[in-house]
Amino acid sequence: MSRVHDMGGRFGDGAIVPEAEDDSVFQEDWHGRALAVTLAAGALGKWNIDISRHGRECLPPVDYASMSYYEKWMAGLAGLLVDANVLTREELALGCAIGSSDLTAKRMDADRVAGVLASGGPADRPSDVTVAYSVGDMVRTRKINGNRHVNGGHTRLPSYAVGAVGRIVMIHGTHILPDSSAHRLGDAAEPLYAVAFAASELWANPEHPKDEVVLDLWQSYLSAAT
Amino acid sequence: MPHDHADHDHPHTLLPSDPALRVKALETILTQKGLIDPAALDEIIETYETKIGPRNGAHVVAKAWTDPAFKAALLKDATAVVSEMGYYGRQGEHMIVVENTYEVHNIVVCTLCSCYPWPLLGIPPTWYKSDAYRARAVREPRKVLAEFGVTLPSDMAVRVWDSTAETRYLVLPQRPKGTDGMDEAALMDLISRDSMIGAGLASAP
Repeated sequence: MSRVHDMGGRFGDGAIVPEAEDDSVFQEDWHGRALAVTLAAGALGKWNIDISRHGRECLPPVDYASMSYYEKWMAGLAGLLVDANVLTREELALGCAIGSSDLTAKRMDADRVAGVLASGGPADRPSDVTVAYSVGDMVRTRKINGNRHVNGGHTRLPSYAVGAVGRIVMIHGTHILPDSSAHRLGDAAEPLYAVAFAASELWANPEHPKDEVVLDLWQSYLSAAT
Repeated sequence: MPHDHADHDHPHTLLPSDPALRVKALETILTQKGLIDPAALDEIIETYETKIGPRNGAHVVAKAWTDPAFKAALLKDATAVVSEMGYYGRQGEHMIVVENTYEVHNIVVCTLCSCYPWPLLGIPPTWYKSDAYRARAVREPRKVLAEFGVTLPSDMAVRVWDSTAETRYLVLPQRPKGTDGMDEAALMDLISRDSMIGAGLASAP
């Protein structure tokens, strides 16, 4: 089973309301602040991107569905800070610091921001796992979705693409496996592919016979299909 | 490690209910603790408000429209090519550019969260992060496109890219007709953010 964030293909959402191209990047001042606090806290190095994604996904479904985008970021961050012992529940409840931190040397000062944003965090890693598929090969995704290491853990195979047959269209090299990395179980890098699925393989009523959906999927999510 | 908290005891419930105050509380505690530099937050916000945005992507697209060798290199190894232009960085570590043609229209989504090529397009617009877009773009991209005012020819395929890994996709829109004599700078004005997500088309001159 999956979690509340796994909403691809879901019915019931309304029309999309595009905003103008020249609208503010941050619609409220606190949106920018929320993004910046999240990036600055991330720079402390106590979690990786997979852990932080999983933190948001673990929000109770009722909260996830009712919160705005940056509210989810704040709620996810509060959970990460407590789980990583950066802050205590008491500090959150009081709204002020109690005692000192041994992480102050990691603080990202203003003069480091440009360098940190420009250097990024590549996700490709060397791997001993042999690349099993070539462009053009047909593969089938796992029939039963879910993290194989941790029950209810992080995974990046969306439910709508479970048990589907697709065609390898790109080989991206070997990348960190989120299912492992999100739970501090190591990078476990393995081959990552772009896999194209016919819309008719995924949906009961596809819009057009030529349409496809392409997903980036790790080798362990796939098996050979003939 | 993140784990499930019961609804009533998730750490976020300890913070003020007003979102602006909630952010302020986290910033205050982390600053008092010596873990955050408020000036660094200002710097991050200013960077994404004024320096890193869709003009970067438009620069890449306009160059691809005017320089066939550049376009070929871009489609082959986008990360290397955009890095040379100074557009490498966070959330753009593994770039792929997909080209719109008369046969196929590409559109990008992240159904599981909000993955987006920050160094080329900046912070994603609200609609891109909305439940409606995340839920519907993969299943009914043509209806979604219609909501952006885009109707595709009936023989054109749609390819939806769901950004499920750390690869980030930028759409290379088709160059509009009647732009033959235009230079890179003039072309850039025709290239919208939405056209590089695939939710729109480049504008006619």
